[in-house]
Amino acid sequence: MLVIDRSTRDAIVAHAKRDHPDEACGIVAGPEGSDRPERFLPMTNAAGSPTFYEFDSAELLALYHELWDRDEEPVVVYHSHTATEAYPSRTDIGLASEPNAHYVLVSTREHGNSDGPVEFRSFRIVDGAVTEEEVSVVDVLPTGTT
Amino acid sequence: MAIEVRIPTILRTYTGGAKAVDGKGGSLAELIDHLEATHPGIKDRLVEGSDLRRFVNVYVNDEDVRFTGGLGTTLNDGDAVVVLPAVAGGA
Repeated sequence: MLVIDRSTRDAIVAHAKRDHPDEACGIVAGPEGSDRPERFLPMTNAAGSPTFYEFDSAELLALYHELWDRDEEPVVVYHSHTATEAYPSRTDIGLASEPNAHYVLVSTREHGNSDGPVEFRSFRIVDGAVTEEEVSVVDVLPTGTT
Repeated sequence: MAIEVRIPTILRTYTGGAKAVDGKGGSLAELIDHLEATHPGIKDRLVEGSDLRRFVNVYVNDEDVRFTGGLGTTLNDGDAVVVLPAVAGGA
């Protein structure tokens, strides 16, 4: 199960709506092994495409240096689909490289840049196998789990 | 002195869980061959044919090797190499 606080969830959704019709992407970092998505870090989609996303190579390196310095890891890796459902595509599955992360998919296909509900779903992707998981949105992340 | 190679989570199955390993070689291609000798199987995850895999990023001293000659990039003792899988996908 993914436990995420409301403001982080809303920030991911806002990023997806802002970048629609291109795909938006980013991570939420947390202390290594904690499973706590604490720091929202939107990234540039270097592909700038409605059907593809890729973190900019230099930004990716800077991001990981920052995570290593802080003993953090990507707890959530998110991106949006802008014309299809919020489910990992074959490409998403083939390229998933963080076996410990929650892969969050947001679909903006219904309302685009406008207000309105979006699909917000979370998956584990390990060795090509996709498992959907429950998303629990809380006001504040529970403490004392690290 | 050796060359430190930072290993991403997904490839740590090849390094017994180690986050970084020491390697050697005068070029990135030689370094990867050396890594393959000590951590069999890792080369195939990095290289396809005669080139780096499209969705694997390798940096030497923080420079993406795509801009410095790819597998031919020159290495020296003390260099820091980072391997990071691309974070990518698409609808």
